[in-house]
Amino acid sequence: MKRRLHDLGLGIRFALGGGREGWARTLLTAVGVGLGVALLLGAASVPRLVDERADRIHDRQPFSPGSVKNTGDLMASLLYATADTEYRDDTIGGKVLRPANADPVLPPGLTSIPAPGTMAVSPALRALLDSPEGELLRPRLPYEITQTIGDAGLVEPSELYYYAGSATLSADTGASSAAGFGNIGEVQPLDPMLVVLVILICVVLLMPVAIFIATAVRFGSERRDRRLAALRLVGADARTTRWIAGGEALAGAVLGLAVGTLLFLGGAEVLGPLKLWSFGFFPGDLRPVPLLALLVAVAVPALAVVVTLAALRSVVIEPLGVARGGRTRRRRLWWRLALPGIGVVLLFLSQNPGVRAAPLSVMPIGIAVQLMDNFATITIATGATLVLTGLITLLPWLVEAVVGRLRGGSLSWQLAVRRLQLSSGTAARTVSGITVAVAGSVALQMYSVAIHDDFDKVTGVDASHAQYTVRTDHPDAKLAQRMTESFRKTPGVQRAIGSVSGYVTPPDAVTAEDMRAVAQLTLGDCATLSELARIDSCKDGDTFVVHPSDDAELAAWVDRTARPGKPVNTADGESGAPQRLWTLPASARTVTARPDPKGKEQYGIFVTPDAIDVSLLSSGAETSAVLTVDQRVPDAAEHIRNTAAELSPQLRVNTVRTVERDQQYAGIQTGLQAASLATLGLIAASMLVSQLEQLRERRRLLAALVAFGTRRATLARSVLWQTAVPVTLGMGLAVAGGLALGALMLRIIGKTVTDWWLFLPLSGAGAAVIFAVSLLSLPALWRMMRPDGLHTE
Amino acid sequence: MSIGHTLLGLLESGPRHGYDLKRAFDEKFGHDRPLHYGQVYSTMSRLLKNGLVEVDGVEAGGGPERKRYAITEAGVTDVETWIRQPEKPEPYLQSTLYTKVVLALLTGRDAADVLDTQRAEHLRLMRVLTDRKRRGDLSDQLICDHALFHLEADLRWLELTAARLVQLATEVRT
Amino acid sequence: MTPAGSLLVAQDLHKAYGPTPALDGAEFSIHPGEVVAVMGPSGSGKSTLLHCLAGIVTPDSGKILYDGRELSAMSDAERSALRRTEFGFVFQFGQLVPELTCVENVALPLRLTGVKRKEAERRSLEWMERLEVADLGNKRPGEVSGGQGQRVAVARSLVTQPRVVFADEPTGALDSLNGERVMQLLTEAARSTNAAVVLVTHEARVAAYSDREIVVRDGKSRDMMLEHSV
Repeated sequence: MKRRLHDLGLGIRFALGGGREGWARTLLTAVGVGLGVALLLGAASVPRLVDERADRIHDRQPFSPGSVKNTGDLMASLLYATADTEYRDDTIGGKVLRPANADPVLPPGLTSIPAPGTMAVSPALRALLDSPEGELLRPRLPYEITQTIGDAGLVEPSELYYYAGSATLSADTGASSAAGFGNIGEVQPLDPMLVVLVILICVVLLMPVAIFIATAVRFGSERRDRRLAALRLVGADARTTRWIAGGEALAGAVLGLAVGTLLFLGGAEVLGPLKLWSFGFFPGDLRPVPLLALLVAVAVPALAVVVTLAALRSVVIEPLGVARGGRTRRRRLWWRLALPGIGVVLLFLSQNPGVRAAPLSVMPIGIAVQLMDNFATITIATGATLVLTGLITLLPWLVEAVVGRLRGGSLSWQLAVRRLQLSSGTAARTVSGITVAVAGSVALQMYSVAIHDDFDKVTGVDASHAQYTVRTDHPDAKLAQRMTESFRKTPGVQRAIGSVSGYVTPPDAVTAEDMRAVAQLTLGDCATLSELARIDSCKDGDTFVVHPSDDAELAAWVDRTARPGKPVNTADGESGAPQRLWTLPASARTVTARPDPKGKEQYGIFVTPDAIDVSLLSSGAETSAVLTVDQRVPDAAEHIRNTAAELSPQLRVNTVRTVERDQQYAGIQTGLQAASLATLGLIAASMLVSQLEQLRERRRLLAALVAFGTRRATLARSVLWQTAVPVTLGMGLAVAGGLALGALMLRIIGKTVTDWWLFLPLSGAGAAVIFAVSLLSLPALWRMMRPDGLHTE
Repeated sequence: MSIGHTLLGLLESGPRHGYDLKRAFDEKFGHDRPLHYGQVYSTMSRLLKNGLVEVDGVEAGGGPERKRYAITEAGVTDVETWIRQPEKPEPYLQSTLYTKVVLALLTGRDAADVLDTQRAEHLRLMRVLTDRKRRGDLSDQLICDHALFHLEADLRWLELTAARLVQLATEVRT
Repeated sequence: MTPAGSLLVAQDLHKAYGPTPALDGAEFSIHPGEVVAVMGPSGSGKSTLLHCLAGIVTPDSGKILYDGRELSAMSDAERSALRRTEFGFVFQFGQLVPELTCVENVALPLRLTGVKRKEAERRSLEWMERLEVADLGNKRPGEVSGGQGQRVAVARSLVTQPRVVFADEPTGALDSLNGERVMQLLTEAARSTNAAVVLVTHEARVAAYSDREIVVRDGKSRDMMLEHSV
């Protein structure tokens, strides 16, 4: 043992004092390992980052005086209303505030409640408002900027957020009262489907990084082996040389840890505020979980030594030269099939994990805990890992089998194929990272797209008729009227129908078996109502019973509530709240509905403003306008939002097309995309390094080929094939494996595969890697092909 | 080359007539210079006198002296001793070429030219030998190679000298 | 120097790598079917002369005429085409492509000129037979001896039936027996196809396979034969 340590130490000394070449190799390894380490540290920081984000969101969440969290018996001291808006592709968060007493609570990041007519903005929003791009946003936020929201009040540096002061805000206009900020709110259980997704992501992203680090440790190993042979000549035994090599790798890995830490810290500073893939963070929030960081610091050097020792097992270093273990026997298939086979069986037997409630805020740790006591998740994780690992073991066999059968073709093809036949193992090793990454990504994409529907709430409405709805959660007949008027004058709006709608029920008691009848009550002026039903004459004070145009059953259902001359209950039907009765005048005429701009028929009870006191309507009623918009008018959406903001800051504008993406899901999806790209980049980098190394070793040969009059294009194509063949095989295997894995995972959660072609963009990314690597190695190839290569004697 | 020892060696495989001996010698070793009959007989009579060969028999008729010679025990020992004894390496210390080069340098003639001319001459001979080697059998090849290696050694010396002419010039002139 | 009847002529070549001149007014000429040795100590510029003559390197100044055409006036593509079709090359360490089999290596120049694989390999095997290495066809260069490899390289240089073969220390890595055999096969094969051979060597015994020699020293050439005849 002491000997081994001594040898390791010797290797470290060689790595650090081995002249220029030794240094170059050590640095190359260090940079490679460093990239991997930076990614690992990034991954290790995700739990903290998610926590910090969640904390930031919760910290500015107001809680009401009566809420469970209000342990201090705080009184309402602040009225607020959410006034989020969208501007082009960005979401702008905002609240309108009004102090309810002399000493109101402050949201985080504010030094005082903005006075009426003024607002506090985030730095990013300030920049947007100051820039020409913000021109259409300014009328919507017509407040004077008097304050900047501090970092404590923002989720990410680039967040667009504001707090506006108001003198008129009241509970009647939809405001809520807050006793304080920092509502933990309801603990949102992490959806079991997401748990599976997160497990997959961890497996998929971390495996290629591990593979990359293992590859980086082997950078420049051929030259090192020759140096080791020289050591054998002066009397070192084979084991000693292996451990010396291990020491060299260790030195590179430890240096890599340092490089990785620097890259990580620098990366956090640079990337945090950039808001890549709509996800930004405060650099200070990106701190690895100490335990995981420690794991990285220990595992990476250990991996380096183990990989080196293992790699050298197949290399015989003799005093007079290096012999690579010529693999004469063919690779066997059966045991390579065993790993993915077991994985498939495990996944096949797995049940949908009944995951208990876990707060999103502690997501990955929460998952770790669940993993410990949830058998289903363990089998899924194991199964998925086995399938993906199985791909790595299958790949060398596949490459050998396929490449061994390739024949003929053009010269460049022949050169590439022969090269691959001679070293199919190396080729397979290089692309194994890409295979796992792509297979995992394919499975993840399939999985996430299939569960997409659950998280994306698409309003299934014909978007050619109406593109926008504007609404607020309280009934206000005047507002409805003003909306109609204002929006008709807004550029781009072709049609606008404003109305108040709520639900009414018959006041009679219902038996347990019977279902309580319910009808929609729509309040609007005559013009509006005429748009929605075939009404020939109308004056204010009129009421109508509206039947659907061709559904007698539904019409009968409406009639159970809408009985002219009889009262209806306008309060919430089921809540047991005291009834508020309103009598439908006996004069109410029955008419048929006509499609609204959304293409939908509205039916039930239609009333004009004079016929009812709006305050009778329940709090569930809403005021809304449906707009038909000419999409060709530039920035129509912004004009509409501006009009809405002018009418009331609380009006929410929805595009019918708008996809309301669940935040949890979106976060995971975003992380997946970013990480997949990073992984592919890493793999491309390691492929490039080995490609360049190979070219440098063949400098003389390349020069000789040039002497024969070999065209550059021929060699360039050969380099391309040499990358393309293994990558294509890897991608093929990855797609097959990924589709299988994805289908199995979906089977577990009882979904069907919705789209088999999801791998296409990933294949595109793979192709991009091929071309990038080939293209980037061309300058080196050109340089090697200069006749000077012959001259170095 | 010792003709006596060579002829003795040829006799070791069996008794031979003087004429056979000459033919065997010429065939194996006398490519450039065949033996005269006289040389054979004078050598054989010296060997007889020293007791290294004996007359095995005389054939009647035919030529004047149809003696058949056989090697004696003493002869075998003598051949054995000769073959085992290493040849004294030629020191080549008296080189005409060297003298020419130095003289050229001393008299202000172009010494490099002397060397180049000599190289061309050497190569000319080497070409002839190489050509002969190509046409000849194995013994031809070995003999030519021997000469070629010697010529090559000379040429190496020429190269070395050429590379050191400047140094040599300063040395001989002081 | 009279270029009359010469296949490849170089006049007053100058070439410098950085500050050190490799060629400093070198001259050269060769007739069809002639074997000319380029001799000289290492660093004398003989390899540079060969590279210039073969159009691999362009000289800084001077003229190279191949078959009446000015080499330095050609584009890189034209010179590459010339090397593919008219020239053959043998290098010191063979420089066989390690992943290709021997026969594929020999076929390489043919395939560069667009000959179909089957045909190229058939013709390659003929040449390998002439160089007594036909049995090595399916072996990789790593599996044959240095002498065999060099013979494969000679076969490769001759397979396109070039008019000039450039051999740069073709026996440099071989023992004298293998070296001589390679030289013998190379010169015989070249003579039989009337190919000229430019033979760069520092070994006199290798140079003895030539018809005449020129000596390069300090970037200047000297044609002894020519001087004698004059």
